Amino acid sequence: MAKEMTCIVCPIGCQLTLEPEGESFAVFGNKCPRGKKYAIEEMIAPKRVITSTVAVDQGMYPVISVKTQAPVPKELIFDVMQDLSSVLMKAPIQVGDVVIKNVQGTGVDVVATRNA
Amino acid sequence: MLDVCIVGGGVIGTAISRELSRYQLKVRVVERNEDVATETTKANSGIVHGGYDAAHGKLKGFFSAKGNAMYPQLEEELHFGFRQTGSFVVAFNEGQEPELDRLLENGIKNGARGLEIISGDRAREMEPHLSKSVTKALYCSTAGVTSPYELSVALAENAAKNGVEYSFYTEVNGIEKVEDHFILHTSKGPVEAKVVINAAGLYADRISAMIGEDDFTINPRQGQYVLLDKDQAFMTDTVIFQAPENGSKGVLVTPTVHHNILVGPNSDYIDEKNDVATTSDVIAKILKAGSKSIDAINTRKVIRSFSGNRASSDRGDFIIGETKVKGFVNVAGIESPGLTSAPAIAIHVADILKEMGLELTADPNFDPTRKPYKRIADMEAEELNNLIAEEPAYGRVICRCESISEGEIVDAIHRGLPITSVDAIKKRTRAGMGRCQGGFCAPRVMEIISRETGLSMEEITKQGEGSYLLTKRSKDALEKGGQDA
Amino acid sequence: MLKYELVVIGGGPAGLSAAVEAYEQGVRKILILERDKELGGILNQCIHNGFGLHRFKEELTGPEYSLRYIDLVKDTTIETLTDTMVLEISEQKVVRAISAERGYMEIEAKAVVFSMGCRERTRGAIQLQGDRPAGVFTAGTAQRFINMEGYMPGKRVVILGSGDIGLIMARRMTFEGAKVEAVCELMPYSNGLTRNIVQCLDDYDIPLMLSHTIVKVHGKARVEGVTIAKVDENFKPIPESFKRIDCDTVLLSVGLIPENEITQNAGIAVDTRTSGPKVGELRQTEMEGVFACGNVVHVHDLVDFVSEEGALSGKGVAKYLKGELETTPNFSTANSDGIGYVVPQTVNLSNVDDQVTFYMRVRSVYDKHIVRAYQGDTLIAEKKERKFLPAEMVNFKIKKEILANLADGEIRFVVEEV
Repeated sequence: MAKEMTCIVCPIGCQLTLEPEGESFAVFGNKCPRGKKYAIEEMIAPKRVITSTVAVDQGMYPVISVKTQAPVPKELIFDVMQDLSSVLMKAPIQVGDVVIKNVQGTGVDVVATRNA
Repeated sequence: MLDVCIVGGGVIGTAISRELSRYQLKVRVVERNEDVATETTKANSGIVHGGYDAAHGKLKGFFSAKGNAMYPQLEEELHFGFRQTGSFVVAFNEGQEPELDRLLENGIKNGARGLEIISGDRAREMEPHLSKSVTKALYCSTAGVTSPYELSVALAENAAKNGVEYSFYTEVNGIEKVEDHFILHTSKGPVEAKVVINAAGLYADRISAMIGEDDFTINPRQGQYVLLDKDQAFMTDTVIFQAPENGSKGVLVTPTVHHNILVGPNSDYIDEKNDVATTSDVIAKILKAGSKSIDAINTRKVIRSFSGNRASSDRGDFIIGETKVKGFVNVAGIESPGLTSAPAIAIHVADILKEMGLELTADPNFDPTRKPYKRIADMEAEELNNLIAEEPAYGRVICRCESISEGEIVDAIHRGLPITSVDAIKKRTRAGMGRCQGGFCAPRVMEIISRETGLSMEEITKQGEGSYLLTKRSKDALEKGGQDA
Repeated sequence: MLKYELVVIGGGPAGLSAAVEAYEQGVRKILILERDKELGGILNQCIHNGFGLHRFKEELTGPEYSLRYIDLVKDTTIETLTDTMVLEISEQKVVRAISAERGYMEIEAKAVVFSMGCRERTRGAIQLQGDRPAGVFTAGTAQRFINMEGYMPGKRVVILGSGDIGLIMARRMTFEGAKVEAVCELMPYSNGLTRNIVQCLDDYDIPLMLSHTIVKVHGKARVEGVTIAKVDENFKPIPESFKRIDCDTVLLSVGLIPENEITQNAGIAVDTRTSGPKVGELRQTEMEGVFACGNVVHVHDLVDFVSEEGALSGKGVAKYLKGELETTPNFSTANSDGIGYVVPQTVNLSNVDDQVTFYMRVRSVYDKHIVRAYQGDTLIAEKKERKFLPAEMVNFKIKKEILANLADGEIRFVVEEV
């Protein structure tokens, strides 16, 4: 059975159609190869980049922004948020500095997205 | 033991407190909300009436012209914002014109000054955007506009400086007469006073009933308004009333003291004293009625709508005087022109106390003045430069729309009345009053309040109890002692 | 008096890009004035990702995007003053500003770039009725509290308006443990990007209620709930559809307004269609030597285009300072059927390198339509898209050689059925 979805890889938001093809899916409607990768992943194991904040000591603000450096499994979002909640960084921090290594065993690091 | 306890920190309570602070008396104002001027005083037309409207023979007629005459000096002493803009009552047809004559006559009897009936054309020369359909107008040169809450704050600050105590979050739940004095049971414990002045506005009937004086009721009468952006100030700089027709008063279009345009109010009795919800049908009606006076009401320029309730009594006039219970004075049912009358009423109340036998000895240290705010928006280059060099906080603009600096906000916090809410700062400095309505500055105002008062961000409210703005820190690590920047 | 070749008012993405481009084109004495305590503008609180796909070909968060430009500025001799508020600029292009550190300043500028950005529409502007409790925030204010100050503004949320900030905040508040009950959108379509609906709402089962609005806010001290209603085709609430939702917070995401107080005080008229100053192809305004770019000109949907427009104004400044900016326009632009506005409003061809990008917004959702440019009845060019949405700015590029063949006059943009 065909499945419809909206690609979220970039702001264009292509309307994708997926049709089962053996173990995987055939993808139609994508304007770029990343759309195909997204669609298949979304069917098998959806992932998201998480952007949030962590507490920081002696920064310009009490928190700094962070992200997972790559998409992580969607079902782990709230576990990652829980981990982020208890982190306390100390300024100075540079953009790209690792905040949590290998968060939730995903192999993905959480990094700072600004200086503090 | 207090000499006088005033219940209610609206414009009436604060005016009386300031008047009594001239004397060697121990006075306290108890106010159930977080600040002065939180109910009726916060949301009304802000007009200082000429004194021609209220019927001669009534207390309203007696006090309004007198109060009007006191405003210029009051402004000089307290710097709360008053502009003598003049007012029109406009007639749209011949049928309405006799009404102007009646008002003129009534005004003369009341002692109102600066009255004159003029042609529609003459009125349009003064205010070019006035509707073509205006045939005649009653002009009153002594009418003006003020900021009711800034007046109330100024009166309270000046009273506090002269020794009056202000106690907020203090709700009166019962009053006991004990021999020669009263015990007020409040949410902050008992308060003893020789004299109680009931200036509780919408709740004056309840307070009066606590000592058994239940011969009047306060019926809240709603007034909804819309406020237009300052760039609409061209519409009019004169207060414009419409001549009453078929018993209905029409709506007014007025400049505010800060050069916005205010249109309203309706005048409907409602059930709940604290119902200040606005409704879209009333707002639409107001805008429609207002556009009879002025052609150019641009609804896209509305920056805020609000509603306030007048403390109308079933007596049809102010209720001022000592009750059958000796020492208990009602100052109730103060609806329009109550703001105008307030300073005159305050003097009258002092006279009542004297007649009651309270000794009023002038306080030689009484200082009638309150220092004005250093408003950077009004300053010339050199003055501004010198000020910032001396106090750098005046160079940090917090409210962009109204150009309010950190210096002004810090000043507002340290003027003798406790500050716990964002609205308290808004009332005093206008931060958050502009077109962005606090979108940019509210977080920064909260930070300054927190820094200056030691309250946590979560403790700071919008407008008193229960009106918290923030629920918690976003991260456990912050709750556990992560440091603020 | 301080003297600069270029003073840029606003250190967000538009201003940074304008300054960097002007510098690259040879302008040396440049000053950026920023009212916040750091450069970067509103991007600093937009911590989500999705910025920079056009400009940097990668997906950045807001702070990372602004940092790219801040780093570029650091490599130059461009000067910056933060915590500095511009009060006004005079006809002689004297910029008057204040800061705690430096007091009152008068800065003489040969050229000025306006890049003050925009602000959010408020409760008053949309005339939201009902009680006036605490707990009604614009989405951007809530975003600042959460992402910069580290505070939560509420626990149960209803969002009015499906602009991108509203959608982003729905997800953000969900991440931080709040429950978002619904997003109400007055229009029959969303004003946000489709991908944001998918990844901010659908992912967390947050209902998007199209053709719905809040008719009343409840609560004396703090928000206790809202009454929502379905609206008919004239946007009038349908009484039978009234429904109460309990919540403690209302977020408003109901549009952005260019911030043009300084512009208007300088005597520069504001175009009622864009709410920004009228600009030419290099973003010159009607006041000589004054340029404008970014959300102060018109509200963009992607920061990449803001940077692009900033760069255009930077080019314009450089040309102007060299005395090479031609001033009399060849063309004016007009919007008719289906188009809300067009930027730039005028074009002088001799200032154009190889093409002009016309930015515009359609008035409603158009399927199977095309945007066409006409001069009189003559079709000049057309722009195809799978679908035109009011939420997505249309970039309509027309080659210089096409424009060069036209007579001076008006170019009109319309949406037509295919």
